[in-house]
Amino acid sequence: MLEDKDRIFTNLYGLHDWRLAAARKRGDWDGTAAIVAKGRDWILDEMKKSGLRGRGGAGFPTGLKWSFMPKESDGRPHYLVVNADESEPGTCKDRDILRHDPQKLIEGCLIASFAMGAHACYIYVRGEFIREREQLQAAVDEAYEAGLLGANAAGSGWDFDLYVHHGAGAYICGEETALLESLEGKKGMPRLKPPFPANVGLYGAPTTVNNVESIAVAPTILRRGADWFAGLGRPNNTGTKLFCISGHVNKPCNVEEEMGIPLRELLERHAGGVRGGWDNLLAVIPGGSSVPLLPKAICDDVLMDFDSLKAVQSGLGTAAVIVMDKSTDVIKAIARLSAFYKHESCGQCTPCREGTGWMWRVMERLVSGEAEVESASRRNASARQGRRSRSCRNS
Amino acid sequence: MSVRRLDPNQPASFAFTAENAEWARKQIAKYPQGKQASAVIPLLWRAQEQHDGWLPEPAIRHVAEMLGMDYIRALEVATFYTMFNLSPVGEHFVQLCGTTPCWLRGADELKEVCRRHIGPEGKVSADGKFSWMEVECLGACVNAPMVQINADFFEDLDAASLEGVLNNLREGKAVKPGPQNERHASEPAGGLTSLTSVGEPQTGGGN
Repeated sequence: MLEDKDRIFTNLYGLHDWRLAAARKRGDWDGTAAIVAKGRDWILDEMKKSGLRGRGGAGFPTGLKWSFMPKESDGRPHYLVVNADESEPGTCKDRDILRHDPQKLIEGCLIASFAMGAHACYIYVRGEFIREREQLQAAVDEAYEAGLLGANAAGSGWDFDLYVHHGAGAYICGEETALLESLEGKKGMPRLKPPFPANVGLYGAPTTVNNVESIAVAPTILRRGADWFAGLGRPNNTGTKLFCISGHVNKPCNVEEEMGIPLRELLERHAGGVRGGWDNLLAVIPGGSSVPLLPKAICDDVLMDFDSLKAVQSGLGTAAVIVMDKSTDVIKAIARLSAFYKHESCGQCTPCREGTGWMWRVMERLVSGEAEVESASRRNASARQGRRSRSCRNS
Repeated sequence: MSVRRLDPNQPASFAFTAENAEWARKQIAKYPQGKQASAVIPLLWRAQEQHDGWLPEPAIRHVAEMLGMDYIRALEVATFYTMFNLSPVGEHFVQLCGTTPCWLRGADELKEVCRRHIGPEGKVSADGKFSWMEVECLGACVNAPMVQINADFFEDLDAASLEGVLNNLREGKAVKPGPQNERHASEPAGGLTSLTSVGEPQTGGGN
């Protein structure tokens, strides 16, 4: 079990003051200039050695992603864009960072931007997080006043501006190129790739898009060392992770735990266990609504990390653990998710625009018992076609 | 995708208040020269706030003109993003999360409360005080079920506590956003399982 001394988000629950002075006492902004002084190559190397994999769902190595940015500017500016468009059903971890530990994110933005040659960063917050956005903006204002942002940010010699931006209720903007379109003032529809954002991103300039949690853990990793982070979890699945435990548990919660913690231990130690006891468990969606659900037999001993969950044909995703006990009509639970994807299809690609509706209608017929046998295979064919021809991860 | 159309009844004109116009200028300055269209969502949002929670057509036109955008581009944005209300809403606009994590913990019960206290989904109540709609995941899943009323989240609800909140709003009494049980935020109810010892500040990195 992870000990408190190895937890990064020490104000996860907002039980302490979120403001700058208190955040500094908790260790934020300690020696930031010295980290920057070690140079880009050191930061990139250390991030790679830490084994940090992106916390937004895909799990791509963060250090490697940063290293894809051009080493020198060809005249175009570089941008860091932070994806705070948290909207994968089951996921509510970034919300806690934004409202309770915002300085970790802000410091991370400076360090990551320096490492990628970016003098400007935009944080794209989902539109519904109005209070969280206000709090983040207040934290950014405090950081400016304290000289931690702006010219010679935090005494690092690096000029850096940080802007808070927001969306207006579109799940698809969590996809990085749809997010960039939205940030440019357009409908949030994904771009075709290549070119990738590292070459042609925001305003046609080299851009890296990272999840809130990935950026917010970076300063602590660099302060405590890659070896510390890599020593937690398992090889290729290192570090700590924020888990969101929702659904049929006795005490739903967010918690920071070690990667690779057994699912059962996670639920029983922190969430009060499954409602009605472990044997009352039906199934778990382990990583947000986009990953396949696990029947109880797999839940008994599966570990919560990227590779373990991939090995059982699911995924860690955003580590949003949705628990369903035996009272659940699982067809109805999935039908409700089908309704979600139908509602959130951006409409750009026909197989998704039409197919998510087909899938939802078939699911509803399954719920009401009116489905014919071939409906299920039509639904599966529709899902396959959606996956083949999509430009994002919906459907 | 949902089909979204402008309301048939539109005001004759819209203009930002002086204060909002000044705020808008500052927003536009966040983006590089020539990229002011980036400010379209924040400006449309502020226009909606100024106009009783819904976005009329003259406001979309006003924002497009401020940003030098073709009108159709701003209209595309207003109709694409579902937080822009294209028809009037109640003074207290209740958005009820119905996605699976909230559904598992009783969102259907909350829907019944809304139907009983407010009326049919999408219709403004006769006194103009309320309207409600079901929305998709609002990102507070460990505090399910929950609703958003205007800017605030009300979490860890059940039928009784939602009724309480709605009654207080109807009577103009103060309400407390956040969890409606004993929880502070996203921690487990009834006692912490982590962060029980506030650690020393983590030092290192050279100073």
